[in-house]
Amino acid sequence: MHDAHASRPGETAVPLTASAVLVNKVGLHARPSVKLTQCAKGFTAKIELALSADGPWTDAKSPVKVMRVKAPQGATLHFRVTGSDGKAALAAVLALVHDGFGEA
Amino acid sequence: MAEIHLTGRAASPGLAIGPVTMLTAAVARRTASDDPAQEAAALRAAIEGARAEIANQIKTIRGDVADILEFQVAMLEDDALAEPAYGVISDGITADHAWRLALDVEIAGYRAAEDEYFRARAADIVDIRDRVLAHLSGVDTVARITSGSIVAADDITPSAFLAADWSHGGAIALAAGSPSSHVAMLARARGAPMVVGLGPLSWNGQPPALALVDGDAGTVIFDPEPETRRLFEQRMAVANAAQAAADAACLESARTADGRRIAVLLNIAAPEDLAGLDPAICDGIGLVRTEFLFEAAQGLPDEDAQYAVYRRILEWAEGRPVTIRTLDAGGDKPIAGLTIDNERNPFLGLRGIRLSLARPEVFRVQLRALCRAAVHGALKVMLPMIAVPSELDRANALLDAEFTALRAEGIACAHPPLGIMVEVPAAALRAEDFGAAFYSIGSNDLTQYTMAAARDVGAVADLNDTGNPAVLALISRTVEAGRKRGVEVSLCGDAAADTRLTAALIATGLTILSVSPIAVARLKAAIAKVRS
Repeated sequence: MHDAHASRPGETAVPLTASAVLVNKVGLHARPSVKLTQCAKGFTAKIELALSADGPWTDAKSPVKVMRVKAPQGATLHFRVTGSDGKAALAAVLALVHDGFGEA
Repeated sequence: MAEIHLTGRAASPGLAIGPVTMLTAAVARRTASDDPAQEAAALRAAIEGARAEIANQIKTIRGDVADILEFQVAMLEDDALAEPAYGVISDGITADHAWRLALDVEIAGYRAAEDEYFRARAADIVDIRDRVLAHLSGVDTVARITSGSIVAADDITPSAFLAADWSHGGAIALAAGSPSSHVAMLARARGAPMVVGLGPLSWNGQPPALALVDGDAGTVIFDPEPETRRLFEQRMAVANAAQAAADAACLESARTADGRRIAVLLNIAAPEDLAGLDPAICDGIGLVRTEFLFEAAQGLPDEDAQYAVYRRILEWAEGRPVTIRTLDAGGDKPIAGLTIDNERNPFLGLRGIRLSLARPEVFRVQLRALCRAAVHGALKVMLPMIAVPSELDRANALLDAEFTALRAEGIACAHPPLGIMVEVPAAALRAEDFGAAFYSIGSNDLTQYTMAAARDVGAVADLNDTGNPAVLALISRTVEAGRKRGVEVSLCGDAAADTRLTAALIATGLTILSVSPIAVARLKAAIAKVRS
C-alpha cells in the first residue's frame, strides 16, 4: 500500500519519504498514536508525518502533536524521515501503519 | 415536585435506580508564588506527580483500562502538552491558571473535531488537566462517587469513573458526553447503565434526590412519582431475570438440540441500534435497512454521509459479515421527493429495486458509498423486491460501473457481492435463474404476496401466516435453489423472530436466521429446543 519511492535510500541529508493508508478502525487514535510515537522514539532520526505530501509536518515522536492531526481511518499518512537510522525508522513506522497498529 | 423526564442517547445498556450524586468540579485553592521560575517548577512537579500516580495505577490493571491510562501517561510525558503553559508562566501567569489555559485550548481542539472518536477524547484531556491541578494544589479533586448512586454531571472523566465501585449498581446521566468516550466504554464493560446528551441539567431549587436511568432507551427520570418508580422497579425485576438467563446463552453460538449449527444475524435500522451490543452475540448483520438515511429531514443523503454510516456498522461487526439492503422505498415506506404519491396500489407499484432502477442518479450514490465502505469489513449488498433476473443484471451493471469509476479515481473501494431479497413469489419459484451471490428471504412481503393478505388489514390478518404450507414451500424451494447453486440462503423477516415458527423454518433447510437484537436471546433459546 505504500509507495516505495523512497528518494535515495542510504542518503541521510535528503529526507526519505513514503506514505501508507490508515487501515485500523478508529484512525490515528489514542492507542495507535501512543504506539506510533513509542516506535518513533526508538530511532534517532527525525521522523515527521503529514496528511498531505507537502505538509504541514508533525513530529511523530510527540503524542500530543500526533493526536492534534486527528487522522481518520482511510487517510493517507505521509512520512518524512531524516537521520542515520532513517531507513530503518521509515520501515518500522510503515510496518506499524500497515499492520493497523495491531488492532486490525 | 413533578418528575422530570429527560431523553438523551443510550451509551451503556441496562436499568438503574438510585440516589443522585451531582458531580461538580471541585475548586482547588493554592497559594501561588510571584516567581515565574518557582511556578514553572511547581507545574513540572505536578505533571510528574500526576504521571507517576497513573503509572502506578497501570501496574495493577490490564486491558482497555490500562490502554486508556497509558494514553494519559504518554500525553503527560510529552513536553509539547505543557509548552504553552510554560510560555505564559514566564509572562507572570500562575502555574494553575497557565495549565488550565493551555489544556482548555487542547480540549477545545478535540471538542471541535469532526470525528466522534476524537471528540470523545476531550474527556481524557479534562481528566489530565484536573489531575495535574489536583497535584498543584495538593488537594484531591477527583470527585468521590458513592457506590450505587446515579451520577448526574455535565461529563465525567475516566479517573472519576474508575475511582468508584460499580459492582453494587449505580448509573451515569450526563448533560453532554458521548457513547464513544472512554467512560462509555468502561461503563459498558462494568455493566453500568449510562445515558449521554441529556442537555442542561438544571433544577428549580433543590437538586433531585432520586433518579431512574434507562440505558436501553436513553432516558432518565429525576424525582419519579411513586407509581412511575413502582413500574420501573417491576421492569428492572423482569429485565434482571431475563438478563441472567439470556447472558448465559447469548454469547454462545446457536445449535439445535441435535447439534445443527444455526447462524443468528441481526436486523437493524440504524447504527444506533447497535449501541452497547457485544458483536459476539451474533454471527453478523443480516439486514441493514437504509431507509432511515433517506427519511432524515435534509433531503437525500450524500455519498459521504452514507459511507460514514455504513462504515460504522462494518466496524462494529469486527469482520463478521454485514448485509446492507439498498433503498427499499415505496410500498408502506414513502420518501418525500423520491417515491410516487397516491399510487393506486403502492405494494404492487414502483417500490424497492424498481424505484432504484427508475431513479439511477439516487441509486448510484448509494452504490458508490457501499463500494467505499466495503473496504472496512465483510460487506454484502442486497437488492429488495427483485422479481426478474434482468433487475439483478441491471443493478449489477450499475454496481460494476461505480466500482470501476471509483478505482479509476484512485479512491479506496471494493466490489461487494450482490444478492437478492426473495420476497416476490416469482423470485422464490425461479430462484435458481438469478445469478445472485446469496438469497435472503423477506418473509413479510413473501407472505403477503403469496397469501394476498396484508397483515395490517384486520379482517384478513389470519391469512397473513408465514407458517402456511404454501409460504413454507416457497422458502424450501429457495433453500434448495441456494443449495444447488452453492450460495447462502438466509431469512430476515419477522418470521425469524417468531419462535412458534422456528422448528418449521429450520425444517425447510434454513441455517441462517436474522432478527432484531432484542430477539437474539429468545431465538437462540428456541433453536436449542429444535430437534429435526
